[in-house]
Amino acid sequence: MILSFLKSREAILAGAILVLVVAIASRFPAFVTPANLANVFNDTAPLIILALGQMVVILTRCIDLSVAANLALTGMVVAMLNTAMPGLPVPLILLLAVSLGALMGLLNGLLVWRLDIPPIVVTLGTMTIYRGIIFVISGGEWINAHEMSDAFKAFPREVVFGLPVLSWIAIVVVLGFVVLIGRTPLGRAFFAVGGNPHAAVYTGINVGQTQCAAYVISGALAGLTGYLWVARYAVAYVDIAGGFELEVVAACVIGGISIAGGVGSVGGALLGALFLGIVKNALPVINISPFWQLAISGSAIIIAVAFNATSSRTKGRVILKKAEHAA
Amino acid sequence: MSVTAQDTGSAGRQIPDRLKSPMQRFLGSWELLLLGVAVAVFILNSFASPYFLDPWNLSDATFNFTEKAMIAFAMALLIISGEIDLSVASIIALASTAMGFAVQMGADTPMLILIGLGVGLACGAFNGALVTGLGLPSIVVTIGTMSLFRGISYIVLGDKAYTGYPSDFAFFGQGYVWWVISFEFLLFALVAIVFAVILHRTNFGRAVYVIGNNPVGALFSGIRVTRVKFALFLLTGLMSGVAAICLTSRLGATRPSIAFGWELEVVTMVVLGGVSILGGSGSIPGVVIAAFVMGMVTFGFGLLNVPGIVMSIFIGLLLIGVIALPRIARRILAKRKA
Repeated sequence: MILSFLKSREAILAGAILVLVVAIASRFPAFVTPANLANVFNDTAPLIILALGQMVVILTRCIDLSVAANLALTGMVVAMLNTAMPGLPVPLILLLAVSLGALMGLLNGLLVWRLDIPPIVVTLGTMTIYRGIIFVISGGEWINAHEMSDAFKAFPREVVFGLPVLSWIAIVVVLGFVVLIGRTPLGRAFFAVGGNPHAAVYTGINVGQTQCAAYVISGALAGLTGYLWVARYAVAYVDIAGGFELEVVAACVIGGISIAGGVGSVGGALLGALFLGIVKNALPVINISPFWQLAISGSAIIIAVAFNATSSRTKGRVILKKAEHAA
Repeated sequence: MSVTAQDTGSAGRQIPDRLKSPMQRFLGSWELLLLGVAVAVFILNSFASPYFLDPWNLSDATFNFTEKAMIAFAMALLIISGEIDLSVASIIALASTAMGFAVQMGADTPMLILIGLGVGLACGAFNGALVTGLGLPSIVVTIGTMSLFRGISYIVLGDKAYTGYPSDFAFFGQGYVWWVISFEFLLFALVAIVFAVILHRTNFGRAVYVIGNNPVGALFSGIRVTRVKFALFLLTGLMSGVAAICLTSRLGATRPSIAFGWELEVVTMVVLGGVSILGGSGSIPGVVIAAFVMGMVTFGFGLLNVPGIVMSIFIGLLLIGVIALPRIARRILAKRKA
């Protein structure tokens, strides 16, 4: 049991993160103070939330490239609502953000489920459409801090039990996913659909519906993050979180979630996101220009996927050895 | 993606007893439909703006698509073979950065061309080696190299820009060969013909289709699958290098954000051109017409002062619409039959 855990991707990734943190700490001890680590976690919280949503989509052999555009559109809508109606209570805004995000996810899901359009095409398309809609509704204008109400901006920064609400939300989402993936029929269905869609059909799972559910989850989380993002940075404009979808996919790939579907874990997605978050936060500390970040996350994706491929190749169960030889 | 139990039934296995005549096939083809769209867009545009039908304006409009289309031809082959390359725009950035760097070192125009093409080829080889050598999924690899290649540009350039390209280098993006025919448009036409011949008239082209339809079958019928795929990645890299030369020459400057987001437009162009994103089918003439449609739409909207980002809504709708509409139509037809 312990041995198999040590060999798992999660353990290797956790080890890599530990080595990374220790290496940074040996030169810059201030990086590992609890306050700073909490800071890094808080900074990575949006990535963690989105990576978990992306994980279930990738598990079902799909991909959601529209998450960042969904985030930006929801963020813009709630920011505009807040400017128009400053009295709107935060719980209602949260509810609106989650529903709007889920609706956009549902649109992705329906196009994939009902019309059989390849997921990458659907989400490439909706990505540009959602971004464009932000421009249309906002007229290209920014919504700045002074236009938002104080309660709207304060919510994600509110400190409860030593951590900001943003961090707590990420923790709750992680725990929610542990239950969803490990303890519910839907969680099993995600793996079944990704592992073998034909077999899933014969076990009574509706493949398209499951994929649609994954998109709705991913969309809802993108909507939630949209509000948190806009409130935290106290600004909304067309290009917020531009290119963030790739970082989210990168976190999943680094976390060992197979792009071919059916393989992945909550821990993996969490660690993948943390890895990217730590790298991002460590660069300025160790005095490397932030311009390095893009190349580093690119290399991390390539190394992670190469590593995953070689480690899964040796592990595959050979159940048809004779047939393979005959071929 | 939804799989139903009927998939394994006889629905997809009916083979007609005779082929349709070439004329019949042409009339029912995607390319003809697209051509109709192109003509409609053209007519609509000329009604919408009095400036549209000016030959110089039309010539300017071709710059909207020539560079992207040159990559789209190579991308079409790659997608037909069942792979994809999302790093093309980043290859442009890296090749352009390398050329800008060479200019600072005092390179002349022929040297710049060599560097642009060389960097493109090297990036293509890198993608190809990862995909075919290590057997990794191309979509993940090229999402990775997309960050990596552009990331290197950012490391080299940061927030600066390279300018000061030699004056004779400007010909590739700004020169005219004859009257309103720009050098880029001529190059686009030549490249289109070369790719049409490669895909539709050579063994290599047949191999691309076979691999896309059935990679295992292709292997067993003696096609060197990995070698063909590697060649296609090289080709895509090379065409990205060509596009980098044209774009850099046209802009006269290199920033790390050059050609940002082009990979999506290139893929849209290919899919709009009737190439199946799942591989195995598609044609170069289709991509050529798609390039014209996208160029005309962008140009027409531009004349009407529609901002670029609103055009991107249209491109997104086009991408989903062109795939969704035939499927909806087929479903309605099937229901009527039943």
